Amino acid sequence: MTYSDRYLRDILQHTRTIATVGVSTNPIRPSYFVARYLGLKNYRLLPVNPVYAGQILFDEEIYPSLADLPQDIEVQMVDIFRRSEQALPVVEEAIDTLLHRGLTTIWMQIGVINQAAEALAKKAGLKVVMNRCPKIEHQRLFGELRKAGFNTGIISSKL
Amino acid sequence: MSNPTFGFDTLQIHAGARPDPATGARQTPIYQTTAYVFRDADHAAALFNLQEVGFIYSRLTNPTVAVLQERVATLEGGVGAVCCSSGHAAQIMALFPLMRPGDNVVVSTRLYGGSITQFSHTIKRFGWSATFVDFDDIDAIKAAADDNTKAIFCESISNPGGYLTDIPAVAAVADSLGIPLIVDNTLATPYLCKPIEMGATLVVHSLTKYLTGNGTVTGGVVVDSGNFDWSASDKFPSLSQPEPAYHGLKFHETFGNLAFTFHGIAIGLRDLGMTLNPQAAHYTLMGIETLSLRMQRHVENAEKVAAWLEADPRVDFVTYAGLPSSPYAARKAAIYPKGAGALFTFAVKGGYEACVKLVDNVEIFSHVANLGDTRSLIIHSASTTHRQLSPEQQEAAGAGANVVRLSIGIEDPDDLIRDLDQALAVATS
Repeated sequence: MTYSDRYLRDILQHTRTIATVGVSTNPIRPSYFVARYLGLKNYRLLPVNPVYAGQILFDEEIYPSLADLPQDIEVQMVDIFRRSEQALPVVEEAIDTLLHRGLTTIWMQIGVINQAAEALAKKAGLKVVMNRCPKIEHQRLFGELRKAGFNTGIISSKL
Repeated sequence: MSNPTFGFDTLQIHAGARPDPATGARQTPIYQTTAYVFRDADHAAALFNLQEVGFIYSRLTNPTVAVLQERVATLEGGVGAVCCSSGHAAQIMALFPLMRPGDNVVVSTRLYGGSITQFSHTIKRFGWSATFVDFDDIDAIKAAADDNTKAIFCESISNPGGYLTDIPAVAAVADSLGIPLIVDNTLATPYLCKPIEMGATLVVHSLTKYLTGNGTVTGGVVVDSGNFDWSASDKFPSLSQPEPAYHGLKFHETFGNLAFTFHGIAIGLRDLGMTLNPQAAHYTLMGIETLSLRMQRHVENAEKVAAWLEADPRVDFVTYAGLPSSPYAARKAAIYPKGAGALFTFAVKGGYEACVKLVDNVEIFSHVANLGDTRSLIIHSASTTHRQLSPEQQEAAGAGANVVRLSIGIEDPDDLIRDLDQALAVATS
């Protein structure tokens, strides 16, 4: 599972709204960290988690499922914070409910690896990123990790 | 779908650096500032909560230092690096996230004398301890470890004898014990040896030596491979368990394979404060741009000088592992094919007195307690760098009373040989 910088950069540049499935409202959980970061970078986050349904996270209502998201919102990415074996039904639901509303990308977080979910999403014409974190990739590709001495792999003589 | 890969010579100049976004300055500016303005309260809060990465205060991060960190991390093949004020600081910074009071580290007997002192005495003040083992005896390394052993530590090429460590074999022991291997790669530099490719978890350096290259500044760095699973056992609670100073955040869970580096900044530099200053980072960045060229010449010169010394009747033996006669010749060919570095010792017939006389009579070699300079350096380790050790420790470290240590520079090798020739004549007359 290697993804070129161009592939990841393209996804992150063309995504505006992200449904975060399994996001936590606990400020020290990784999913909260990721959502908070992406919100700071001007993505619109739509939290999805049946446990916290109806509560508010980062000024948005938390929805119990992808199917419950308001019909008038375009969603380009579904970011999955679930156990690997639970990724497949999330992808099925995403394809059923969001494919006609702008969906382009299924993103599975670090540790979330499900080949069947990946194959299904690809078959539906979606881009897939698996076992990666959009926060870390965004920080790496757009200069933020560079500020703390991480190996970004980016060599460029351009401004 | 992979990215292009770059050669070492390209990375030593470009990795981590980009034209300055504010001015277009092509060389990395020295950002001589203590603090950085926050955009607004939200930005400040996100930075302090580690939710966003940015500059707060130069004890933690600085743009010039960050370029150096990324440069070294890239050359070593790690995911990230934290710079600090010296090589000794780097050793404490590497151990600090791993160790609790009562824990120990298994350490090679062949180390820089200052490191032996740091490990055998000073770390006891933290409640840590070290067990010293001959790292050519792989079974002994394993036998020395117990339930409280949290790391294995060695030098790739060791000071002062220039002995070569079998890093893949030591890494296999560390793996079998479920603990990280820390390699001090100062004497080899990533040009001659890449410990992470051979299984090391962490690499430390004294930047002061070959990386800076001309004896101007002191500095250190800890590079993390990103390959160790800190949550696989309960051995490393600083990384796997809730951190009270960050509201119970778990570093490994939150930052994945970047956890060790984040911890090094957010806890290590924040609370130990062993920060590298941006001026020093600048000098080291200048040095690294020519690292491969210098290392090639250091090695070439060391091979010539060592071969000349070995053939000289006034010399008892030469420890240089780059000599065909060295017991490490096979290991050198397998693990250090580009060369065995440029630091070694040789024994002068006439023992201690002759060594002292030799050091007093060289004209080009400088009598200093440093190594890895463009200038050739000489020192009698037993009375200086390894002076705090017992005679047994000195022997084990390769710093016996009858040996002189050379750090071969990049001058004309014939001049170096002539200088040693005339000084040996005086010393053994």
